[in-house]
Amino acid sequence: MNAVSTVVLTHNKVELALHTLRAADGPNLLLLHGLGEASPTTVPRWAGCWTGAVHALDFTGHGSSTVPVGGGYTAEMLMADADMAIAHLGSATIVGRGLGAYIGLLIGGARADQVGGVVLADGPGISGGATTPTSQPVVTADAVDSTPDPYAIIELGRDLRPPDYATTFVRLANEGSDLPEPITVTAKFRPRWLRAVVDEPGVREAPSIADALSRYA
Amino acid sequence: MTPEFPGARTPDREYTIDANGVGIAIHEWGDDDAPPLMMAHGGFDFARTFDVFAPIFADAGWRVVSWDHRGHGDSGHTHLYSWEADLRDASVVFDHAAGRAAVPAIGHSKGGALCLNLADAEPFRFRKIVNIDGMPSRRPVPDVAEHERTKMLAGEITDWLDHRARTATAERKPGTVDQLAERRRRLNPRLRPDWLRYLVGVGAFEREDGWRWKLDPSMRFGGFGPWRPEWALPKMASLGVPFYGLLVEHEEPMGWGTTIDDIVPFLPDGGHVEEVAGVGHFAHIEQPRETAARIMEFLGRPA
Repeated sequence: MNAVSTVVLTHNKVELALHTLRAADGPNLLLLHGLGEASPTTVPRWAGCWTGAVHALDFTGHGSSTVPVGGGYTAEMLMADADMAIAHLGSATIVGRGLGAYIGLLIGGARADQVGGVVLADGPGISGGATTPTSQPVVTADAVDSTPDPYAIIELGRDLRPPDYATTFVRLANEGSDLPEPITVTAKFRPRWLRAVVDEPGVREAPSIADALSRYA
Repeated sequence: MTPEFPGARTPDREYTIDANGVGIAIHEWGDDDAPPLMMAHGGFDFARTFDVFAPIFADAGWRVVSWDHRGHGDSGHTHLYSWEADLRDASVVFDHAAGRAAVPAIGHSKGGALCLNLADAEPFRFRKIVNIDGMPSRRPVPDVAEHERTKMLAGEITDWLDHRARTATAERKPGTVDQLAERRRRLNPRLRPDWLRYLVGVGAFEREDGWRWKLDPSMRFGGFGPWRPEWALPKMASLGVPFYGLLVEHEEPMGWGTTIDDIVPFLPDGGHVEEVAGVGHFAHIEQPRETAARIMEFLGRPA
């Protein structure tokens, strides 16, 4: 089944594509893709048990969303992308793959009262870059007019992700959410930021995304 | 309106270059074939804030090359802003002005920090570095947008997200020349009213409903992110070129609050830092000739 509809959300000068993969009454599920990916066009098998609507957001520079000129990506700016989607939907449970898992954690903390749980799953871009500053080269990329934007892959593939920065968002989620365990980790690969997240109160580990979603449905 | 201010001089050459798709406005003072001296402005400023300071160096034989950071002054308003993008833009400007040759650079505030960071990533571009009150400290810096903060109060994050949600239709608030000058005075309280009015003439544009600063309305003070100001301090010690840092006596809203004691442990070999008495964050505007004289003594003759 292909996306039943797509709406365009305007975030500053960027047009974001928010796809509805399955329209339904009931709670929203929002899928956040990994680095260099795009939203799925059909409801993933692991979301089959979700009874409500299923949506998927193309981040800036990905899928059907705008390719910015000259880069300048930060994880925080993608969090604001996700915030635009949450504002449109009203509320949602989030499943994030890779980079989308990290962004899901950020927005799950920042808008804890509108996010009904976040599932952090394996996927491209889950590592990020160093946890402290390094001597990073100045990198340029050839311009493209299609997604994914190479600047997204360069800049979001090496953004700083200190563990205590990530855990701050877990604490914000715990403070702002009604759920006893607002974060669930299914990822098998765990960079330092994610290992720190797993050690926090309010974070559950689950063997699969389907299992994680069963607690948030 | 033709702005005037004693000693202020319109750049001799103004044009735009392409920095990976972003239009970056260049402003030059001095002979085209004179040795380049790079000059980087602070956050929420623009190159024309050097209209008094830069001509002093041009008259001394330098070709001063400054640029408006993306989103500032006459440069393009881009989709995204980040420190890494500012560094990339700066690298293109250095390439344009000096190729791969080492040249001296003066940076104020955020511009000073940019030069320090670029010198870490691309040391071959620098012969000497002067930093005017843009040396890192353990305090968050006020003029670096978007991602350079660590305060993690939920209210600050939601304020920032709410701001992002409004940016699609945001515009700078219009006003008269005096009103814009007064708004700027709140951030630059030590600067003369006639200078602030002059800045409106070169840093704002006029429409039917009034003047607006050219700065991209999506940009705002504050922000947050994983970066910690104190991380930049130890990297100063790695600099391999002569370094001269100027700190200031008076704290201001836009100032970084860095002290000599913060800097001395991390000075590079041969580096020198001093506090300039009687000035605030904009030392080069309050005392342009005195500040330029100190710097020219450090730079030596144009070569």
